[in-house]
Amino acid sequence: MKSFSEIDTISKRASRALGYSWGISEEIGKNIRLLEMFGLNGIKNFNAYCSVFKKRKFQNIALIAKKNYSKTSPFCPITTGVNFLDQVTILEELTDLEFQNVGFPLLFLPFVSRASEIIGKKIFLKLDNREFLLNFNQSIFTNFLNNEIIDNSKIINIKFLTNKDSFTDNEWKNLLNLSHETFVDESEELKKSAAGAGLTDND
Amino acid sequence: MQIKLRNPKDVMKLSKLGCFHQSKLSFLRSFLKEFKNWNYNRDLFNLDENGYGHAVYSFNKNSRTYSLICFGNKIDDKERSDRVIATKWDAAFALYDGIPSKKDIERLALNVPKQEVGRLSYKELTLSRANKSLRVFNHVIESLSNGKQPDLEKLYKVGYLYRTTAVYGSGKFGLADRFRIKNREEIFGPFRLEMMLVYLVRQFTFDQVNHISKLKNPKKAVELDRKICRNLGIGNSTGLGMAPFIVNHPTLLNNWIEARENALASIRKIKNVKNEDFILFKSTLLKFKENLTLWNTESEFQRKKIQGLILDLKKIIHYLDIKDQLADNYLFNEIYIWSEGNLGDECIELIVSIMMEPYDEIVEPLILKMSSDEEKYFDIPCDRTVHELRNILESNYNEILRIDFKKKENNQNFWFISKNKEEPRLSNRHLETGSELEQPLAIARDIKKLYENISNQKNSMKIGKFLSENNELRHIVRRAFIIEKFPYSEIQDNTIGCKLMPIDMLRLKLSFFGAVKFDPRSDKWLRITMFQGAPLPDELESFNDQWIYNTIN
Repeated sequence: MKSFSEIDTISKRASRALGYSWGISEEIGKNIRLLEMFGLNGIKNFNAYCSVFKKRKFQNIALIAKKNYSKTSPFCPITTGVNFLDQVTILEELTDLEFQNVGFPLLFLPFVSRASEIIGKKIFLKLDNREFLLNFNQSIFTNFLNNEIIDNSKIINIKFLTNKDSFTDNEWKNLLNLSHETFVDESEELKKSAAGAGLTDND
Repeated sequence: MQIKLRNPKDVMKLSKLGCFHQSKLSFLRSFLKEFKNWNYNRDLFNLDENGYGHAVYSFNKNSRTYSLICFGNKIDDKERSDRVIATKWDAAFALYDGIPSKKDIERLALNVPKQEVGRLSYKELTLSRANKSLRVFNHVIESLSNGKQPDLEKLYKVGYLYRTTAVYGSGKFGLADRFRIKNREEIFGPFRLEMMLVYLVRQFTFDQVNHISKLKNPKKAVELDRKICRNLGIGNSTGLGMAPFIVNHPTLLNNWIEARENALASIRKIKNVKNEDFILFKSTLLKFKENLTLWNTESEFQRKKIQGLILDLKKIIHYLDIKDQLADNYLFNEIYIWSEGNLGDECIELIVSIMMEPYDEIVEPLILKMSSDEEKYFDIPCDRTVHELRNILESNYNEILRIDFKKKENNQNFWFISKNKEEPRLSNRHLETGSELEQPLAIARDIKKLYENISNQKNSMKIGKFLSENNELRHIVRRAFIIEKFPYSEIQDNTIGCKLMPIDMLRLKLSFFGAVKFDPRSDKWLRITMFQGAPLPDELESFNDQWIYNTIN
């Protein structure tokens, strides 16, 4: 089995060999490692991307908008990802984004996962019929569990999720009350003697 | 009293870093302290009359065990090479996480001796190989098997029986990734498992010579005297492979240097230095001076440094003889200031190291800060502005920004990875081909490139926007934002200039390992010794913490 350190190093060097700058190659190394750590097929998809890189034309994207369409060649997942990461603090204000026609979209995913950590918000990403919940770059929850190489996506929807509780006030209250059962009811005597601080703080 | 940390622009010069000495912060010393209460065992020793076969040594405590699996191999003298191009070694080693089964040993026997072309698993933590020192190995066996101890002059001139030529860890060749073990308290300090491997290899070398000698002449043979064993270490041959590490791990480098600088500043701030602390400092310095005759090298470069050190040691000892009688406040601060004005870097940095000896309470908390969670600092803060980036560059790299890279001599070399050995190399870009595949280690040049580029950009421009048009500078923008938080993260020198001495980079790293007797064999590789003077594994429970300065005779 390859170690994650080897996966990072080899992906970085392979990216450099494709012609990416060292800085972007570093990003790719980290990303493929991340995908593999989360149990997604980073190496498989990256290898497929590398093998068509010189034959297939990819569209680069500089400034990301709310809706991003490429009618001719697919968007490059790397440059789209790098720019998404670099612009995420502005992009989150748009609440949701759409990308049409992205090549090898699984390679775009780790950029979004890392962006989730940077802005401190969960991000929901829908890649055609596959769903991914990106949790602050700590985990990825998904219904995509097979080994397939995804060489293109028709539509990617991204939604920045507002930080809010996933439960009702009532559910919280129930647990709170239960937790109070670990506390001791203080008698008047205990109120006087058990506290470390003085009873009056006006001295 | 206010004592500022030393300026990174002075400390991080390669000529200065190339004068660093081991100290209480060094990894091999902190490893021994951490593991002194662990149980040591020789679990298996299955060598033949020539010392070929395998052996297992372990440290264990509570439910944790680390086992070193050693393989003694037969090789021809002409196959023996310390260079990384070698494919066979006298011995090969892997540190196993736990107690290896018979199956594990069989699997490792097929892979460990092959080193880089073998495959390891997540159960193995570090990997290494070593060659016998032909100068002394056979002599030791000859002597022991004839019932005599070896010629000490001959032995101590070398200082070890074996030289390791590489120690690998952190996911190389399938070894366990750092993340799997990083939360274990006992290995919180950097390179602790690499140190464990080297330390146990040292014991294997003693056991092996005793074993071969005994089988050679069962009636007459004696064991190598324990005192002699203590005075022997493990050699190491190190080439350029180590140099890029300190460039590629900026936050880690910062944490090592910052620990050293914080230790120095704290010691200089002590108002009333206790007499016993001053005596320990001075006696350690005298011991170092006494052992200096054993620092042998044929390198003209290092000889000059040692000669300067000898003269400077005389000066400082004379100065301390007078100081001895004074009861000054801030004594160590005065000594440091005097040293800066009167001594060369080789001696100043030695004094910085030795000043730490009396102060466990200062040094030990710093050791815990010498690791780094590098991932945390990887992302570039893209919402910062070009104006802020320019300020960072001007305040942290102002000397580097003055280098003219259009001059051939400042842009002479390039770092590359050899296709044959996957190891870093350095070459002249004006004479050799391959510079188009240069590694990103010319930090000074790239910083200057970045600075020139942003001078044409609007101050208010966000870094994210800047990068969308200048991603070829992305790696260097990342570094600039790292140095803002980690002032000692960057070598303040030109790593591609004609005056570069790569061995300065190696010495910096090796000094933090705890290596001594730096012996450059060229400007690109050197030999060193580790653990010379260290207690033996069964003596770890109580040992003198200043063992590294013990007089060898």
